[in-house]
Formats: sequence, C-alpha cells, structure tokens
Amino acid sequence: MNYEAVIGLEVHVQVKTASKIFTRVGQGYGHPENSLTDPVVLALPGTLPVMNKAALDAIIKAGLMLHCDIAEVCKWDRKNYFYPDSPKNYQISQYDQPICIGGEVEIELPGASRNVMGEHKQIPLTRIHLEEDVGKLSHFANDSLVDYNRAGTPLMEIVSEPAIASAEEAYAYLTALRTMMVYAGISDCDMEKGQMRCDANISIRPVGQTELGVKVELKNLNSISYVRDGIAHEIKRQMAVLKAGGVIVQETRDYDGVAGTSQSLRTKEDAHDYRYFPDPDLMPVRVDDAWKQRLAAECPERPFDKQRRFMTDYDVPYTITSVLVPDRALSDFFEAGVAVAGKDKAKQVANWIINDLLRELSAAGQTLADTKVTPAHLADIVKLVDAGTINSNIAREVFAETFTTGDAPSAVVERKGLKAETNTDELEQWCRDAIAGNEKARTDFLGGKESAINGFKGPVMKASRGKANPKLVDETLRRLLAEMQ
Amino acid sequence: MSTDLAFSSLAQLSAQLAAGEVSSVQLTQAVIDQTTAVEARVQAFNSINPEDALAQAKASDARRAAGETLGPLDGIPVALKDVIAVKDQPLTASSKMLENFVSPYDATVTEKLKAAGAVLWGRANLDEFAMGSSTENSAFKATRNPYNLECVPGGSSGGSAAALAAGEAIATLGSDTGGSIRQPAALCNVVGLKPTYGLISRYGLAAFASSLDQIGPFTRTVEDAAMMLQVLAGHDRRDSTSFKTDIPNYRAALTEKQGPWKLGIPKEYFGEGLDPEVGAAIEKAIAFYRERGCEITEVSLPHTEYCLSVYYIIATAEASSNLARYDGIRYTHRSAEAKDVVDLYYKSRAEGFGPEVKRRIILGTYVLSSGYYDAYYLRAQKVRTLIRQDFLKAYESVDAILTPTSPTPAFKAGEKAANPLAMYLSDIYTIGVNLAGLPGISIPAGFSSAGLPIGLQLIGQPYREADLLAVAHAYDSAHDWNAQRPNL
Repeated sequence: MNYEAVIGLEVHVQVKTASKIFTRVGQGYGHPENSLTDPVVLALPGTLPVMNKAALDAIIKAGLMLHCDIAEVCKWDRKNYFYPDSPKNYQISQYDQPICIGGEVEIELPGASRNVMGEHKQIPLTRIHLEEDVGKLSHFANDSLVDYNRAGTPLMEIVSEPAIASAEEAYAYLTALRTMMVYAGISDCDMEKGQMRCDANISIRPVGQTELGVKVELKNLNSISYVRDGIAHEIKRQMAVLKAGGVIVQETRDYDGVAGTSQSLRTKEDAHDYRYFPDPDLMPVRVDDAWKQRLAAECPERPFDKQRRFMTDYDVPYTITSVLVPDRALSDFFEAGVAVAGKDKAKQVANWIINDLLRELSAAGQTLADTKVTPAHLADIVKLVDAGTINSNIAREVFAETFTTGDAPSAVVERKGLKAETNTDELEQWCRDAIAGNEKARTDFLGGKESAINGFKGPVMKASRGKANPKLVDETLRRLLAEMQ
Repeated sequence: MSTDLAFSSLAQLSAQLAAGEVSSVQLTQAVIDQTTAVEARVQAFNSINPEDALAQAKASDARRAAGETLGPLDGIPVALKDVIAVKDQPLTASSKMLENFVSPYDATVTEKLKAAGAVLWGRANLDEFAMGSSTENSAFKATRNPYNLECVPGGSSGGSAAALAAGEAIATLGSDTGGSIRQPAALCNVVGLKPTYGLISRYGLAAFASSLDQIGPFTRTVEDAAMMLQVLAGHDRRDSTSFKTDIPNYRAALTEKQGPWKLGIPKEYFGEGLDPEVGAAIEKAIAFYRERGCEITEVSLPHTEYCLSVYYIIATAEASSNLARYDGIRYTHRSAEAKDVVDLYYKSRAEGFGPEVKRRIILGTYVLSSGYYDAYYLRAQKVRTLIRQDFLKAYESVDAILTPTSPTPAFKAGEKAANPLAMYLSDIYTIGVNLAGLPGISIPAGFSSAGLPIGLQLIGQPYREADLLAVAHAYDSAHDWNAQRPNL
C-alpha cells in the first residue's frame, strides 16, 4: 500500500519589540541572567499585565503579509499549567479569538536544477495568535536554575493547516515564512537564538483516503534542516510501523537532530488540561480599519512578488533574483542602483552586486550595512564600462579600489589614469606590432577564420598595460588586416 | 485628649492639622498609644511600624511648617490591608505562603497615599488572600470585633475595619471582592466604600479574583470616604481594567447634591435569613429618607438567588489561576521535603495555603476543567450579565438602591468557621454589587440589642460615586452612630 504524509506546522516567532509584551522592561538576547525583569515579569503579588501596542502592530502586520483576516475584536486567555519557566504558572495567550484568521504562505519547492524556478504553491494557515514567551531552565547535577530574561517576550504562533505534503515542503514553508518576517521587520527569526521555533504534527494515510491518520507531534526542531530531517525521519518511522502491521500511537516525540533519532515524550493520556479562560486582567482589543490601513501601508512588498517583478520588469534571470530577493537590503540596494543607472542597465547592476560586491564583502568579512560602496557607484561603473572608458578587467580593479576607499569609480579612473587608451597613433603601432608578431593568426584570419583576431588582442592589451579600449583595438585590427588583404 | 484624637474624623483632623492645632507627630503618637493599649485584644494588625510612622509624621510636620503641605491627607495615619504592596514592607496576604515576602514595589494606591502625605502605618490582618467573611482564616491571628471581642469583625478586610473602629488608624484601606469592605464595615460600625470596578487601580493588590476585586477605604464618616476616594481614584496605565473618567470633587458633591432622590428597595433582599433587628434598623433608615422627601419604590433584582453560585464559580475560577504563582519556586514558602519539581509544587502549596484557600482553588480548578467549563464558568458569566442587567434596569427608575449590608450583626468567632456555606451567606447582600461592577457603600445605621453595629448599604450607578456619597452623607451626617466608640 502507498502512503502519503500530512503535515501541519506550529511555528513560534519572537517578535522584535523594544519592550516585553505586558510591561515596559526591555527584551533581547545575550544579557546577564535575570537582568531583563521587573515585578510584572516575575509575577510578584499584585502585578498586572498591560498590552504592548507595538507587539499588536507586529502581529497584525504579519497577518497582512500572509493574507490573513484580521479579527475585529480579539481577546486574551490564560493557559494554565505549572512549570518553573512560567512565573505566573499560566501563559497569557489567545484561545478562541486569535488576531489573525486564515491566510496562506506562498512557498517555492526546489526546481529541477539550481538555475530553474521551482513549483510555487500556497500553504493555507489556520491562524496566527500572540502570546508571551517563557523563561529558560538550566539543569545541573543538584540544581535547576531559571533565567526569566526571555519570559514575557512577545511570541507569535503561526499555525498551518495540515496541508504540507513533504519534508521539502516544510523546509520551503519555513524558509518563506522566515524571509517574510525578516522582510517586515517583525523578527530576525534566528533559530539558534530561539527566535523561531517549530513543532510539527505528522500523520500518514493511504493515498486516496480523505480522513487524517493518527498524528504524532515532533518537538525541538531547532533548525530548518532539522525540521526537514525530523519530518522525513518521522514519516519513514510511521510507514515502517504500519507496514509491519503496527499502529501509530498519538504522542509527542522529541527529535534529536544530531543523532537523527526521536523518542517518545508523552502520550495522549498524559496531555494537559490547560483550563483556558478569558484573562480578566486584560480588555479585549478592537482593531479598526484605520489601524489596519496604517499597518498595511507599512508592509513591504512580499518577497516572491518582488522576485517576479524583477524578472519581468528588469529582465533579470531567476538565478540572480534568487540571490538578490531573499535579502531585503540587497534587493533595495539593487533597485537603488537601477534607479540611477537606468532600467536597461539592471542586469549589469545585478551582475556587479552578485559577482563583485558580494565577493568583496565576504572577503572583507563585512555586511552590506558596512560597505562604502553606494548604489550610485554601481551605476557609475556600469556607465564607464558601457562607454568604453574602461574595459572589464580595469573595471574590476576600479571596483576594488572603490570598495576599499569609497571613492566613486570615475574618480578612481581619473586619479589612477586608468582611462582607456584612445591615442590612435600609438594604438595603431601596437596593432601593427601584434599582427607582425603572429603570422599564423594573420593567415588564419585572412583565410576566413574570424576568431583568429583574438590572437592579436592579448599582445595589444599587454602593450597598453590593459588600458586600450577593446572596441577601438578591434576596429583598428580589422582596419589594418583589411588593408593587408 | 490623645484618645479623642485617635477617634476623630479625618475631616476634623485635617482641619486641625491645617490650623496648627495639632501636629502629625501628636496625632500619630495618639494612634500608636491607642494601638499599644488595645491591639493585644483586637489583633487587627499583622505588623506595625511605629518608628517609621513617626518619621513620616515628622516629615509631614516639616512640610507643613515650610508651607508645602501635600493636601488634606498630609500627616494622617492610614493603615493598609496586608494584601496591598508597600515598598520594602512585608506583604503577607495573611498567608504562610508569603510569610517572609517583602514587596520591592509600591501599589498604585500606596504611591498615591504617599504622594498625598499620608502616614502609612501598619499592615492590617485579613482572611488569607482575602478569602473569607470573618478574618478567622488568617494564618497568623484571628482579629476580633472591637464592639464585642467574642465576635468576628467580618471579613475579609476585618483587620482594616477593626483597626479603624478601635482607634488604631484614622482611615484604612481594604479590598472588596464580594463584600469584603462593606460587610466588616457594617459589623464594626464604620463606613466602607467599594467603588465602581475600575475606578481605583488594582496594581499592587495581590489578586483574589481579578474581575471582582476593588480597593476601597474604611473611614469614620462618609465625608472622610469622599476625601480618601479623591486621592485614590483615577486612571492608571499599569492596570488595563482601570477606567478613564473625569474625577469630580467628591467632598464638594456631598453638599452640592441635595436630592431628593428616588431610592429603590430590592424585594429579594428582605426575605428569609434577615435578622429582625437589622431589618428594623433598615426600615428606620428608609423612613428617614422618606421624611426627607425621597421617593421610595420597590425594585426587583430577579437573579439575586443566583448571585452566590455565580460568585463562587467566577471568583474561585479566577483565584485558582491567580494563586498559581505561589508555587515554591521564587519568593514563596518552599517545602523542605520536596524530591522533585512536581513534589515541590504539591508540598509547598499544601504547607503554605490554609484550608479555605485550598477549598477555593480546588473548586476553581474544577469549574474551569475541560468538560465542565461550559456548564459552570461560561454559564456563570452569562448569568453575571443578567445580574448586571437587573441592576441597570432598576436604575431606569431609581437613583440608588438601599439594602442591609449584612443579614446579621457580627457573629461569634468560631460559630460559622466549620460551615463554609453558612459563612458564604453573610455576603449575600454585597456579592451582586461586585458581580455587576457597581459602587456600594456601607454606613453605620444603629446597634442591635446586644450592642453590635448594624450597617446600611447603598448601591449606586457605575462611576457615579459622587451621587452615591451624597445619598449616604445625607443619612450619615444626620446620625451619630459613628460617634459611638467600642468599650475596650
């Protein structure tokens, strides 16, 4: 019998706000333990939560980016359970009235090759809601310590429909989600810092069956690759169980990404009763149209929309767009360069970014934010090459100088005297010498072998120390050779 | 003289302080002396801080001498129920759970009282975590009624009521979840005001039931209550349920608003269980208002019979969640016996909480658990809406509602301790007000033949405390019940 997998993902994304979700104390990563606390975070007697509007803004933005319906009224519920990482022993979350309902995440599956766009599809969402994060426990031989720095950080839970069909789709889903959240400035989604966390619900069923199989929840998938590997592993495990005549037990399993194995954490029988009820300390929130419109205006273009636009409007190939677009700053840099250079130069601008800028950045250990290169510099260098003022080899040298000094390429050319040689007398002499120095190429060219002309160009360039205008060299060589015929 | 000071009204003392007839140090010393004399019998306080109080009084006198007085409360000794946070002072909630807890921050009301120059003095005893009607559920001591030491002072703010009645403070703060200010006020012959839900910030009040809790003052007179409310009321950005509204001049309203008013008498409040002497006192109060030209009509609050059930579902549900933070992990009592984390929770909570608190946590956990939520909690919320609508409908034809505060005068200590249901019934007239979020006030209205105080409750319309206080002041200023002192 053939089986198919049905996967639903629950993704937690930490929202990047200045302060925590229910109090003014700051949030962040890498601070001394328990330094980001106050009476509210520590749940001291008498403290009360107050909603951080910036966190609401962020989740509504996320909802708009993902085409969700934004609820007119949403409320806050308490999810009760005892655990030392939770100072109140309940988590303020949203139960039956989340902020964002429905929506979808556009994903791209790997193409036939790296150079080809893969299949795009929409993964429907169930909901997105807002809740507070908990603290972090560290266990030692005789003690356990708790750090509440993370407690109360705003956390979005993005729940997909069980509509993901494979480990690859799950991988693509998380990649797309992360790009989108980073684009909108909602989160940095650094999985190593716990800013993005994922649980997967996996079931399998015979192909053609409509009802879902018994689901297993996989936890602790702490990198996007582990999500893919863990899901693939779990699908295989479930198939093996069924093929051996066994039954799948509804349970929660812990995936060890390093070992590539999983083990049971708890079964359905010891599931929690969270005793959800509306939090009486917080008032429901009404989201009006003006609020939504203000946030919609702040939402950036969706990455895949931008990629399609780059390909159509600028005629930039897929491979290049798939480097430019996932990095919002890089794509902005590109568009700024195009704005100066002109739309018809987009491909050259892109090539300068992909081939030269990224290489120099990586060699210098810098990011785009550090660089002295400006979009106008890119336009400048494209113009210099196009006009024949410098050839492409000189252009590389000029760009490297611009990268180091921040001087405009035209200024570098001027300063270093790199302008292409246009003195025709000298050039003509170099060409004559080159033709004289390569008898075979001359015979070949005159015999009709067009490509033989390249045999003269090297020596001319060498003689000019690279400054000869290639276009002019070509013209002069042809003229001289024609005269010889 | 000294004793007279301790039993004077806030308004009178405020005037004397302003006139330089008395200093805050003298007044504070008088309160300390009275406390020294009676506290062993009344047991109103969990802790007192005389030296600190005198230092505050001295600072107040210095301010006044420099012409920088902070207002009518400057220099007045005030005691707070031991469930309201005062920076660097114990906050025990009368529970073993918080026996060693010192608050690192001030409640909003504490900040406001400090800003008004009040001399904060003493933490008043209560039923543990404000759960109870007799102040017998304190983990530390049972407060006694100053009018009869064999009787309870009411609860849960029994310490605050008794301290005031015994001259151990000039005004006190309590909290009222189902009558915890009004019922002890009635039993101790003082004024107790529970404002509209949201008028006074709850920030810094250790929560019992968030949607019902409200801080309010105990005072000797209605005028004093108006003066306290003036300082305490107002929006607080740290409490999301705090209401944004203009705060009128409550004291001025007492005389500006003259009536006559239309007063409603809810027929459901005058049936079985009402002590005849209490009933007679309330009849006299009704007659007083009628003589003043007020129109007295019977109103109906048809869902009254469900108040107690609805209250004990909603209040315990919220309490079960609010009290989850007392877990042995951070600042609470921690069991020395625990083997693992679950055991730590079990044992710390078993050792730290008293029986009434445990009873309510268990009940609250039950009504919220899956499979029972719809039948209990959700249904209770729906009935709560009906209860509120009953009141709002009544207010279409009346300005305020007049009822007894407590069905009986103070009962004997231990009398109802073993029977929770009988104890719960002593809040029967006050609970509906909390469920509906309305303001209510209890004022002295006479004494039983046994010499025990009787209270009259007036219930007002949301955020119209100025009107409610004016109605109450009309009676209060025309009687001298509040001039009676306990024979201690």
